[in-house]
Amino acid sequence: MAAVTLLETRGLSKSFGGVTACDGIDLALPAGETLALIGPNGSGKSTFTAMVSGRIRPDRGRVLLRGRDVTALPAHARIAMGMAYTFQITSVFADLPVRENVALALRRTVRGEGRVQAGTDRTLERVGLLARADQPAGDLSYGHQRVLEIAMGLAQNPALFILDEPTQGLSEPEVAEFVALMDALPAATAVLLVEHNMDVVMRLAGRIAVLDAGGLIAVGPPDRIRADPAVQAAYLGTADA
Amino acid sequence: MIDARRSLLLHGGIVACLALLAATLPAYHAGNLTRILVLAVYAMGYNLLFGYTGLLSLGHALFFAAGMYGFGLSAALGGLSAGAALLAGVAAAALVAGLTGALALRTRDVAFMIVTLMFAQAGYLTILYFGTWTRGDEGFVLPAAARRLAGFDLRGDGARLVAALTLFSACFLATAALTGSRLGRTLIAIRENEDRARMLGYDTARLKLVAVVLSGTLSGLAGAAYAMLFGYVGASFATVQYSILPLLWVLLGGAGTTVGPLIGVALVFYLIDWSSRVTDAYMLVAGVALIGLTLFAPQGVAGLIRRKAAPWLP
Repeated sequence: MAAVTLLETRGLSKSFGGVTACDGIDLALPAGETLALIGPNGSGKSTFTAMVSGRIRPDRGRVLLRGRDVTALPAHARIAMGMAYTFQITSVFADLPVRENVALALRRTVRGEGRVQAGTDRTLERVGLLARADQPAGDLSYGHQRVLEIAMGLAQNPALFILDEPTQGLSEPEVAEFVALMDALPAATAVLLVEHNMDVVMRLAGRIAVLDAGGLIAVGPPDRIRADPAVQAAYLGTADA
Repeated sequence: MIDARRSLLLHGGIVACLALLAATLPAYHAGNLTRILVLAVYAMGYNLLFGYTGLLSLGHALFFAAGMYGFGLSAALGGLSAGAALLAGVAAAALVAGLTGALALRTRDVAFMIVTLMFAQAGYLTILYFGTWTRGDEGFVLPAAARRLAGFDLRGDGARLVAALTLFSACFLATAALTGSRLGRTLIAIRENEDRARMLGYDTARLKLVAVVLSGTLSGLAGAAYAMLFGYVGASFATVQYSILPLLWVLLGGAGTTVGPLIGVALVFYLIDWSSRVTDAYMLVAGVALIGLTLFAPQGVAGLIRRKAAPWLP
């Protein structure tokens, strides 16, 4: 193991009123790797990312970031340690200009409003939203709002980028743009990607983790996952059809 | 950057206009202006929490009264000079706001409104309970010594207006600077989408507490100044009416705008002043006007100006 383990979960579990959403999940994500999390609806993917990011507390288990136990840390403190998070349901500052949305992502770490605005312009240029910088974010199309949210993540230059179903509801060209953005991430950035679109998963993921009914049933490189009979039974067999 | 220069021109211009008004208005209106300016400081304090951070408190009378009683009791019973009592009033308000915020911010939305309302009610009852010192509903008049600041006798109309204008201008320019600052923009982000702000790494719980303390302290400063300038401290300023009034002023003037509080206070003040001369049912006139404004300009006067003519309005 040459690569530094950036994120590690040990026995991460969560139940909601008797329904087990996640059951003892052990995963490790080295710096620079893209790990795709797949599984049928309700298999616990979003619950898992919410526990990693600190949005919900696990019942049992631990989350380690750069070897440090962050299980007790609130979400904002984990973000400050180098995480960025995009919501499954698009969440931007709808009444604020596009520019201010990105500026808010930068302003926490970048000092000086001049530098914040320069960084904002660079980020908006990179994702192709610079021409719309002064519109309220809520006036953007759905696809552009998703792109804006990804831009807010990019602006933070995260060590770990968590994306919860980023391509949901995007058109094919928009999905291609998203894949290009992910390709252009710095090599050291680790990505935890919850994704239903198998083309995107196969294109981006270094490894794939498969969840079913709250349990981790397989982890490995895309080829092995594709060939795994348990995975085919649980997920791919139906999704590929 | 152009917006920053516009903002400086706007706020500087308003202060200059107010100074001109203060110098030229007839005595009756000059007296009104004094009261409006002090109450506008209260409204600006309220606006910081409601308009900019998006937290609707129904208990700001607690902070206004904490400043007023902090000033009045330390001057009348403790024998402090006006300057020292002013500091005591502000400190009392900051302390009360810190404690109230730490507890009330465990709730949100309607629960937050109810909890702040209850805290203010508890504050009011506390004032009545310690009637031996506070003189309860009857209140008390401040000694002359508590109304001399930096060599000026604030019992005179002219000095009082100058003091009110100075206080207002300082707070007005300070809140304008705050809304353009990192902190101000982050508070707006919390108002717009708290979950998103937290997931950008902002400690929203701490920032909301900061907002409550800033807002409560500014409200308390207004309460202390009101006592100093008008020489009276009474429990009526701690009643629920004084929690509702700033909400009304800010809603009418334009929540989340720097000029809204001043516009709202002046509007309500003259509306009641004018309608009470026309009819005994002046509250009805005020009520109808309020309904009309909320129907046709739900973002308040300044909000309407921002939407129609000046989108850069801070």
